[in-house]
Amino acid sequence: MKNDIDVDITIPSHTRFLRMIGNIGEKVAKEIDCPEKIREALPGQLAVVLTEGLVNAIKHAKCTDPNKEIHVRINYSHKDLVVRIYDNGIGFDLDAVPDPCFSSDSLEDKGRGIFILRTLMDSVKYTRSDGENVLEMKKCLG
Amino acid sequence: MEFKTERTDGVTVLFVREDRLDANNSEELKTELRRIFDNGTKDLIIDLKEILFIDSSGLGVLVSGYKNASILHGSLKLSNLQSQVKSMFELTRLHRVFDIFTTVDDALQSYK
Repeated sequence: MKNDIDVDITIPSHTRFLRMIGNIGEKVAKEIDCPEKIREALPGQLAVVLTEGLVNAIKHAKCTDPNKEIHVRINYSHKDLVVRIYDNGIGFDLDAVPDPCFSSDSLEDKGRGIFILRTLMDSVKYTRSDGENVLEMKKCLG
Repeated sequence: MEFKTERTDGVTVLFVREDRLDANNSEELKTELRRIFDNGTKDLIIDLKEILFIDSSGLGVLVSGYKNASILHGSLKLSNLQSQVKSMFELTRLHRVFDIFTTVDDALQSYK
């Protein structure tokens, strides 16, 4: 039986869609056929990944015009989960985002989103091609 | 975002009556925390029993409140973290920063 999943969603660039995209992520993750240990945590993790990725596109890529759209693609094939979030904002330099400081003496309010993505996924890339930015996140579920 | 506040023995307890704390509503909590501290509160417990989902923006607002409490020589403690919220604190290592209690009563007891 073929177990590939490909979900394409286009939503306005607004944070009020975070709940919806998170819920979709949870439902998709529950349908993925992967080892029991991964399956238990995956719905929550995918909801977080989609939420952080979408917030990143809306805020940090400066795609804050709600008339603009953000395109989200979730693909599962051959044990690989790939999430791509496409935006038309001005973009940002992923490599310039440092990990947050963990000391309670120098805590920052912000800067944990990319760290969370890097921790939950095996790879995180942000590239620009054909006039749009793509945040691509991969995780092997095998 | 709905809140309920109670004051017990000089400690304010803020109950957040939402199931999510994310980039869409975290600014509302930030505003509420500012109001609470502006009204003279130094020691605050935030009860997160109803929060089933938190993102980095939600965590950031709690960190901001923690720093404000420290500046006032007070404290911000947390109670009733649900599993996803607990996971996010552990992932970002914030569980080492905050005093986290199972119940509001346990958090209140820590002030005695």
